[in-house]
Amino acid sequence: MIQLYFVLAFLFLGLSVGSLLERLHYRRIRRRELGFATQPVVTFGMFPADKTIVHAELALGSVVISVDYFKRFAASLKKLFGGEIHSYSSLLDRARREALLRLKESCADADLILNLRFETSTISNGNNSNIGSVEVLAFATAVWYQTCDQRPEVLAG
Amino acid sequence: MILTNTETIPGQTIVDHYGLVQGSTIRAKNIGRDLMAGLKNLVGGELKGYTELLQESRDEALQRMVEQAEELGANAVVNLRFSTSSVAAGAAEILCYGTAVRVEATRPSL
Repeated sequence: MIQLYFVLAFLFLGLSVGSLLERLHYRRIRRRELGFATQPVVTFGMFPADKTIVHAELALGSVVISVDYFKRFAASLKKLFGGEIHSYSSLLDRARREALLRLKESCADADLILNLRFETSTISNGNNSNIGSVEVLAFATAVWYQTCDQRPEVLAG
Repeated sequence: MILTNTETIPGQTIVDHYGLVQGSTIRAKNIGRDLMAGLKNLVGGELKGYTELLQESRDEALQRMVEQAEELGANAVVNLRFSTSSVAAGAAEILCYGTAVRVEATRPSL
């Protein structure tokens, strides 16, 4: 009986605190995404031919996010019937956007982000095979263009 | 050491290839972090302990790959890839691999 109370308490906690945290996180993500709206990100690895590039380096961004107790419970119910599991799509969406934002923050003054790749992996919990938490890694090559005040000698060095 | 995940490096010409270089590490989570993560699992959200753990392991794997490339005499690694897999419960392998090359600065054609 006492176990049932615990489960109900956890479900309530997950539903209330979990969804509040998710809303706050989404609000943070949207605000930060606006700040990077003008920085282009592409998934191909070709350098623009009309620009002189002075510097290129690897940029990384990663995050581990877990889903709350209520959503995990809802997903396990949904698994009986099949179909899309919405509670996990928001988890992965948050993780990808957060990882991309961290990548952008690590090279905020770069002119272009090339060859963006995402790598997703689950962190196994051992006791159950449910998706408890996911890790998303975003990696790309950040490049800086030559500005007008830089002379060509800079490029050679 | 220049690292990129593109096939070439702008402003540099590849003069020599040394083939595949790789670095990997297998890490287990520790109990303290696991306990906090267990609590955090109830309400969801970022597990900062795990994020840091995986970042540290990735740096370690990159470091090993760079050492291997330096031994070969390379000064850059291009076309870098990452991969993560869980080997056993509570342990993850982080692998990074790429092609070790020697690059030289391209003379600007004037």
